[in-house]
Amino acid sequence: MMGSENEGFEEAHLYASKEEMENLVLDNPLNDSNSYSNYRSAMSSAISDTSHPLAPSILVTPADSDPILSPPPYRDHLYRNSPTESSYIEPPPFGGNVSDVNGVENHSLNLDNFGRFSRSASWSTSSSSDSEYVKITVSNPQKEQEASNSIVPGGGTYVTYLITTRTNVPEFGGVEFSVRRRFRDVVTLSDRLAESYRGLFIPPRPDKSVVESQVMHKQEFVELRRVALEKYLRRLAAHPVIKRSDELKVFLQVQGKLPLAATTDVASRMLDGAVKLPKQLLGDSSVVVAPHEVVQPAKGGRDLLRLFKELKQSVANDWGGSRPLVVEEDKEFLEKKEKINDLEQQLSNVSKQAESLVKAQQDMGDTMGELGLAFIKLTKFENEEATFNSQRARAHDMKGFATAAVKASRFYRELNAQTVEHLDTIHEYLGLMLVVHSAFSDRTSALLTVQTLLSELSSLESRAEKLEATSSKVFGAGKSRNRKIEDLKETIRATEDAKNIAIREYQRIKENNRSELERLDKEREADLLNMLKGFVHNQVGYMEKIANVWTKVVEETSCYAKENS
Amino acid sequence: MIATQRSVSGSSQSPRSPSSQTYLSVSVTDPVKLGNGVQAYISYRVITKTNLPEYQGPEKIVIRRYSDFVWLRDRLFEKYKGIFIPPLPEKSAVEKFRFSAEFIEMRRQALDIFVNRIASHHELQQSEDLRTFLQADEETMERLRSQETGIFKKKPTDFMQIFKDVQSKVSDVVLGKEKPVEESNPEYEKLKHYIFELENHLAEAQKHAYRLVKRHRELGQSLSDFGKAVKLLGACEGNSLGKAFSELGTKSETLSVKLQKEAHQLLMNFEEPLKDYVRAVQSIKATIAERANAFRRQCELAETTKLKEINLNKLTLMRSDKVGEAEIEYQELKVESEEATRMFEIIVRLMNEEIVRFQEQKTLDMGIAFHEFAKGQARLANGIANAWRSLIPKLEVCSSS
Repeated sequence: MMGSENEGFEEAHLYASKEEMENLVLDNPLNDSNSYSNYRSAMSSAISDTSHPLAPSILVTPADSDPILSPPPYRDHLYRNSPTESSYIEPPPFGGNVSDVNGVENHSLNLDNFGRFSRSASWSTSSSSDSEYVKITVSNPQKEQEASNSIVPGGGTYVTYLITTRTNVPEFGGVEFSVRRRFRDVVTLSDRLAESYRGLFIPPRPDKSVVESQVMHKQEFVELRRVALEKYLRRLAAHPVIKRSDELKVFLQVQGKLPLAATTDVASRMLDGAVKLPKQLLGDSSVVVAPHEVVQPAKGGRDLLRLFKELKQSVANDWGGSRPLVVEEDKEFLEKKEKINDLEQQLSNVSKQAESLVKAQQDMGDTMGELGLAFIKLTKFENEEATFNSQRARAHDMKGFATAAVKASRFYRELNAQTVEHLDTIHEYLGLMLVVHSAFSDRTSALLTVQTLLSELSSLESRAEKLEATSSKVFGAGKSRNRKIEDLKETIRATEDAKNIAIREYQRIKENNRSELERLDKEREADLLNMLKGFVHNQVGYMEKIANVWTKVVEETSCYAKENS
Repeated sequence: MIATQRSVSGSSQSPRSPSSQTYLSVSVTDPVKLGNGVQAYISYRVITKTNLPEYQGPEKIVIRRYSDFVWLRDRLFEKYKGIFIPPLPEKSAVEKFRFSAEFIEMRRQALDIFVNRIASHHELQQSEDLRTFLQADEETMERLRSQETGIFKKKPTDFMQIFKDVQSKVSDVVLGKEKPVEESNPEYEKLKHYIFELENHLAEAQKHAYRLVKRHRELGQSLSDFGKAVKLLGACEGNSLGKAFSELGTKSETLSVKLQKEAHQLLMNFEEPLKDYVRAVQSIKATIAERANAFRRQCELAETTKLKEINLNKLTLMRSDKVGEAEIEYQELKVESEEATRMFEIIVRLMNEEIVRFQEQKTLDMGIAFHEFAKGQARLANGIANAWRSLIPKLEVCSSS
């Protein structure tokens, strides 16, 4: 559950201690970011990027003037003060040397570097059996040309990413392999997974971001997307069920065109459905939902008739007209749902307060630094203009003070960078809530399908009964009536089959929900606890350092202390 | 917390030790709001303890308000040219804060320091105006307050404006905008330049110090809000995680209190002394203006006297009957001129002494301020570290269960 790599201490480089105070960089670019989500995403991108040993730390193609391939300045910001080669530069240890830390605390510091890691949320890293792993890297974005003429004007080029997988899982049939994929492929993968694994909490894919083709190629955008893709794929590989899915395997391994059914847009589906509808109504094609389609929600499909039926059913359900025949654990489910909603609200609240806490810490560090700088200027001034020894003494005192203020300022900002990472767990889980809702709605729509079929079955059966009852009355109409009864019985059988399949599907989804909720609870507890630990350790470490800085000044100015009582 | 800054001039006695030969100890206490509405103001108790013969008795208590202090400062400024008169806290412009507890306390502290600096200055302490201020009954004080004299015919609020006028006049002179009737004293030039520059630097430092106070308050507030939110999350989670959250939330709220306390300390013991430093520098600028005036007057009189002398000689040669008159005029002028020169030279001498004292005092004041600041920050950081550290074993228990 704990990421074994040293993720995220690189941020410390941004504030690497330099002794020349004059070079204090107060206008650190990250301080200027207006929104903290930028700050956070900047942080998290730093994390995910540096942890993988295969990750090239900087994209370098000196000869190529293509903007995509030259290192984007955005990333340069992050690594400005750090040499990019060695990923393991000595981090300023939060606890100082062992001697700094009370011996009693040492045993708890088996989370030794823990306070310095980004929390690695269980559901975003491999947590199952330690020996097996699937490590995915996304890199090397390249512009490619559309093979056929695109209908969309201004189109024609798109970006592909190199996706490298390293694994020891035997099902993959390989140790290391790479493919090139474009974003559209990722959308396809995500959609196919959503269909196949209804009810599971599937990590959400990166946004589509409808933008102009010009912006598409801007290096910043490409870089952000690269990072997001990597994060997404890693999360997929960390999900206990998804990691074994065919869809993922195919996506990661099969060269050339992605052999998954492309997602068609809603419009054309509706179009198809509209074409089918008249036939269905006239009885030409099957009125019964084909078994394989029962497994999918009506909304996404081409079957308008089914859509209407289920809509009708859901209205009936809502108005309490017909009693839903499947009620059972609904109550327990509703309780769980309530709890999830409550959790979501609290997470959101904490998230908001965490953001303002982070801002306050940042401001504290910044202002402390500015105060220090102001006194450095004063020191210089007094030294230059000194005509009295008292001035020189004062300048000396000021220098000690200013140096301490600048140091403390740096510590505050380092502390804050890590606080951001730790508290990011909250945001991650908040994002997860959306996924949970979508898994719940999978269940709801499956239930709706079942209910619709049940009520249809019951109305078909009552029609059949009525028909049989009228048999003996009219003479000569017998043959057509019998045929009708036969047809009806056929329809009933088919509907019965569909109903059974639908019920099975519903049960499957319910079970998915249940097991996922269990997994969520367990992992959430672990992750949040780790977050707390990281946060607390972090605070302790940096506050100790800040205290030391000021204690030194207290000693240096102790001669003034005897003036007070 | 009583102000930790006391003027320690070379030849003064410690104001608070009755065991030494003579003592004069003053304290400004007990701010009370009086009056209603727009007329409302704060009055202070001024307690004087002394064994000096000039005073009416060993102890005297009077009630004074801010404008009385202003009166005293103006009188001293008028009479003791060349001496850096201790600065007063500003008359607050913002109505809203005029009666806030913090503002009142800060002002009281500053007024206490003001009077004590006067009382421990070897020249100023002998001032009759000081005695009046410390002893006169309220009616007398009110009467005096309303008859302002000299250049301070204007209301106290305008004193800042006068300062500014004087400042600009000085700058004009310094910048050579006016007819250059100024000293050609390189050391003095250096001093003037130093003082003007110093004010800018100090003002900037004070600005950041004030912001830092605000930051402490903001951090305190956000810790409190964060703590509350975390506790709610804990209630929602339940089990050991919920407990952990609830502990974290409680700790967070505790720390919020610490931060608010430290913000207050910072304000009183660091930001206020810095502001005081700025005011002191402004007071010096006023003295610089006085010196420039005295110099100009000296020059003018010297010149006028010279002219009168020449005229007198002329008249004497011509055996005019106006000689007698001219002689008298000349003599009078000569006396005045000599007086002006003497005044100017006193100012120069005093200023030289004062600047030494000022520098020493400020080193001391700033040393104390830095010390208090560092103490506060160390205390705060340790407090925070300890609070969080105490959570660690509890978190460990949670994860093992």
